[in-house]
Formats: sequence, C-alpha cells, structure tokens
Amino acid sequence: MKVLVPVKRVIDYNVKVRVKADGSGVDLANVKMSMNPFDEIAVEEAIRLKEAGKADEIVVVSVGVKQAQETLRTALAMGADRAILVVAADDVHQDIEPLAVAKILKGVIDAEDAGLVIAGKQAIDNDMNATGQMLAALTGWGQATFASEVEIDGDAAKVTREVDGGLQTISVKLPAIITADLRLNEPRYASLPNIMKAKKKPLEEKTAADYGVDTTPRLEVVKTTEPASRTAGEMVESVDALIAKLKEKGAI
Amino acid sequence: MAVLLLAEVSGGALALDATAKAVTAGKALGDVTVLVAGPSAAGDEAAKIDGVSKVLVADDALYANGLAEPVSDLIVSLAGDYEHIIAPSTASAKNILPRVAALLDVMVLSDVTAIVDGATFERPIYAGNAIQTVKSSDAKKVLTVRTSTFDAAGEGGSAAVDTVAAAADPALSSHVEDKVAASDRPELTSAGIIVSGGRGLGSEENFALIEGLADKLNAAVGASRAAVDSGYAPNDLQVGQTGKVVAPDLYIAVGISGAIQHLAGMKDSKIIVAINKDEEAPIFQVADYGLVADLFDAIPELTEKL
Ligand SMILES: Cc1cc2nc3c(=O)[nH]c(=O)nc-3n(C[C@H](O)[C@H](O)[C@H](O)COP(=O)(O)OP(=O)(O)OC[C@H]3O[C@@H](n4cnc5c(N)ncnc54)[C@H](O)[C@@H]3O)c2cc1C
Ligand SMILES: Nc1ncnc2c1ncn2[C@@H]1O[C@H](COP(=O)(O)O)[C@@H](O)[C@H]1O
Repeated sequence: MKVLVPVKRVIDYNVKVRVKADGSGVDLANVKMSMNPFDEIAVEEAIRLKEAGKADEIVVVSVGVKQAQETLRTALAMGADRAILVVAADDVHQDIEPLAVAKILKGVIDAEDAGLVIAGKQAIDNDMNATGQMLAALTGWGQATFASEVEIDGDAAKVTREVDGGLQTISVKLPAIITADLRLNEPRYASLPNIMKAKKKPLEEKTAADYGVDTTPRLEVVKTTEPASRTAGEMVESVDALIAKLKEKGAI
Repeated sequence: MAVLLLAEVSGGALALDATAKAVTAGKALGDVTVLVAGPSAAGDEAAKIDGVSKVLVADDALYANGLAEPVSDLIVSLAGDYEHIIAPSTASAKNILPRVAALLDVMVLSDVTAIVDGATFERPIYAGNAIQTVKSSDAKKVLTVRTSTFDAAGEGGSAAVDTVAAAADPALSSHVEDKVAASDRPELTSAGIIVSGGRGLGSEENFALIEGLADKLNAAVGASRAAVDSGYAPNDLQVGQTGKVVAPDLYIAVGISGAIQHLAGMKDSKIIVAINKDEEAPIFQVADYGLVADLFDAIPELTEKL
C-alpha cells in the first residue's frame, strides 16, 4: 500500500506572530519556518506503518511556495521515500486554501494510486482543520479524523479518535483519509546521515495547473488585526490575599 | 435568507448549550432551521430554543454515532434550500462540516468568532495571535462558530418539528466503541469556573489536587497539553489552540507556564488566576491575579480555606 502524507510549511510554533501594521496579514519575512507539527506526527505514523510491513512506499506532498522543498526534505530525512512539490504560489504570504489543496491532493492520489492518506489534523497557521475532511469528500473515501491510535487491519483501519467527551473508536474502509492528533505518536528526529541521504531522494516538482486545479481563493482576506490584548494584573502575596481579591470581585 | 444549523447531539441527547450558542450566531444570518441527526426527543428539545423557526429530525440508526460520511450526505441532501450551513465548533462538527463544504464545492469557515454580515466573518488564526476578517464569494457559506464567543439563546421557543428521511448509507465507516469519561463536574465549555492543571502537578495522583479544588468551587477541570500527554488528565480536558476553547468567569491555571498554544484556549476568560512557582512564567502576563507559590502548598491551603 502506498501512503500519501501532505505536509505544510508553516511558521515555527515557537515564533511569536506579528500582525503587519497595515492590516494586510502576518509578517512572514525572515521568520523561522518549519513543518506543521501535526504533519510530523503524520509522517512518523506512515514510517511506523512501513516499518511494520503495512505500507510499501511513503510519498510526501507539499502545496505552496518553492521553499516548501525544505519541508519535504525534512520529511524525507525522517524516512519518507519520495516527495512531490506542487508549486502554487510565489509569495510566502499567499496561503492556498484547504479546498484547493484538497483538489490538488485528489489529483496526486489519482496519479499515484495511493491507498491511504495521513494528514495533520490542523495547520497551525490558518487553524482551519479542514483539508483531510475535504479530501475525503472529494475522493468519496471514508475519514477518520483526530486520530490517537491507528491499526491497519486487512482492508480497513481501526482508528481511535480524540473527541469532545473522550475517545471514539471507528473502523474505516480503505482507501481512507486519516488525520493525526497530538497523541498519535512522538515523531523522531532526523539523524545527520539520514539528512544527507534525503538530499538524494527523488523530489518531483509540479504545478497546480498540472492537476487542472484553480487555486483562486474563495475567501477574500479583508483585514488582519491584533486580538484584544490582556494586560498583567496584580501579584498577590498569599492564598488569603487571593481569596480576598476573588471575593471582592464576586468571582467566588 | 435561510440557515440550516446542525444540532450537537451527544450520547443520544441534545447538547443544549453548544446548540443554543450556535443558534445565537445563526439568528444573525437569517431564519434558523435546526437539523437533528438523532433521536426525536432531541428534536423536541431543540424546538424549545428561542429563535428556532423549524426543526428537522432524522431519527435513524445510521446517525447514532455521528459518523461524518452519513451525516454529511444528509446535510447535502437538504442543503438546496439554505444559504448558510452552520454548527457549533465541536469536535463532531469540525469532523463533518468541512466534508459538507467540499461536497458543495465551497470553502469552510472554521471557528468563526464574529459575524460582520452574511458573507463576512471574523476568525482567529495563528493560535489566536491574529484575527482575520474574510469575505466569502461562495454561493453557500458553511461555518462552525466558536461557542466561547456567543451567548446561548434562551428557551421559550415552540418551533414545528418535521421528520426527514435518512439519506442512503455510504457504508464507508462503522462505529466500534466510545470511551466516554463520566463525570459529575460541570462541562468544560459551559462552566462558570475552571481549574486547570499543568505539568507542574507532576503525576496523575497529584492531579487529584486540581479535582479537589474544582469540587470545592463547583468548577470544571481543565489541563494543559503537557498534563494530557503525560497521562495526568484525559484528552478531552485539554484547553488550547488544538483543544477546547473556553471563556469562563474565572480560570485558575495551576502549574501551567502559559505557552501561546495554551493561552489560545483561555485568554478570553473574564478573570484569570495563575499559581506558579516561577515568577517569570508567561502565564502571569495574562493573569488578573498571580500568586508565586509552590502549588503543593498553595492548592491544599486554598481548597481548605474556601
Ligand atoms: C501543534 C501544537 C499544539 C499544541 N496545542 C496545545 C493546546 O491545545 N493546549 C496546551 O496547553 N498546549 C498545547 N501545546 C503545547 C504547548 O506548546 C506547551 O508545551 C504546553 O502548554 C505546556 O504545558 P504546561 O504549561 O503544563 O507545561 P510546562 O511548560 O512544562 O510548564 C509547567 C509549569 O509548572 C510550573 N511548576 C512546576 N512545578 C511547580 C510547583 N510545584 N508549583 C507551582 N508551579 C510549578 C513551572 O514553573 C512551569 O511554569 C501545543 C503545542 C504544539 C506544538
Ligand atoms: N499547502 C499544503 N500542503 C500540504 N499539505 C497541506 C497544505 N495545507 C494543508 N495541508 C494538510 O492538511 C492538514 C490540515 O490543514 P488545514 O486544513 O489547513 O488546517 C495539514 O496538517 C496538512 O497535512
């Protein structure tokens, strides 16, 4: 079975985001970019499936600017076999919407004849939490989102999902789309020899047009603003002082 | 303009609070029809929410576990009459609505925090470090709304309840089991007070300190990702960018450093209290009241004195 893992290049999760003064967006010039943390988990899961003999090949795909090459190289260094970069933007500030990404990924699935997709649950830049579900709709496949445990069992996957009340286990027919939640696994670091080896692994470059997908956004960004900020209040010296303050405020 | 609102059904009953909050958002968009993919008793409950014009009930075993594929097909089969399809931003709706949107060839708008007009919405991005205003050019708008920013619609409605036929079974997935943590405590997303514990608690046993304080205050219990990852607390208690977003009257963060991903889930709380032994902890920058103390001294004392 061939496993496809879509990986997104996003601002590193440790970077403090700054909104541009003109309200046109978030400043991404000269900030550290990394693989979306959920996608590292997805890549790790695919590698574990391959190690367990449940997958033969792992293809990682990124849609966006040329620089996403670095993200794909990271995935290859972790252990993916092959990469496809779909160039769909020149400006790092241009985000491709989940619907367009899903359409491109559908094109890749058709061309590659993939049997399973493991995506991240959510991209930590746009916080959409949508691409996997949209791809499942477009392929007509079943979906198992927010996975914390995956077990491939013949022609189905048994997936435990993190839901509002606790955990839900479902069985989804293959081919299917799974999206990875935080507790699915702990992703490995790429070793130096593997980083060197990854430079020689195949990385194919495509465009959105190769898949016949129009990436024109459906959502026009009118403006981007800073959220209402909170200021630090006061420090209290003791538990008694804390209780007194909260009583005074009517909070308890 | 007509709005189709997917009711939140959990454990076979209507999740009233989440649904009623979405109704408030829905009313700003038009005439609200609530769809209950679940038992008819849940439909009767939904009919009582103030501002609901009509309730559609699809009571079929196919929908008993909220599987995304059949529920999405049901919504799409009804979508023709509506310009907006909305739901509260629950784990269930976040699983279903993007699928619906793609089936309709439109974008989804996740976690909407404000409705500017019928096509223009505000939503947080980058863990709430920026707020984006976006205008949709799609004919239909599919959105989930953040329950922490909309007040629940009251009761007193008496909408007509119609039944709708189930759509065909796509037979793509099936339910195996639920592991739901039963608790007598208030629910995280609707509680007035939340006591949240982090890595500072050090173990699952010690996490009982958080529960003890919560019980004293009749509060819900929350946790940081580190506390959940370490097994001190179950996953459904995680507050943050990728967990639950809460805005109680009082949020008490204990042994939590205040990473941006955690702040994303609680910084709209009315009063924030932080208890941490490190005076440099970033959580103090958003706290109304900060106490620098060892939690193993402070929490038992606080619990006792309340
Ligand atoms: C993709 C992604 C998504 C994430 N999503 C979330 C999310 O939704 N929610 C979330 O919470 N995090 C999330 N995180 C994790 C986040 O970045 C932090 O790692 C996490 O919030 C830290 O949890 P913590 O504050 O409990 O632990 P730490 O940062 O380790 O802080 C522990 C604190 O406890 C204090 N402490 C220790 N002992 C004591 C004591 N005896 N008395 C008093 N204080 C004490 C310490 O001073 C410290 O400040 C996410 C991260 C990523 C990468
Ligand atoms: N531009 C992209 N390139 C590759 N994968 C993506 C892209 N956008 C989203 N994804 C995948 O979809 C997941 C969810 O993203 P989102 O729906 O944007 O929150 C991510 O974790 C990735 O696995």
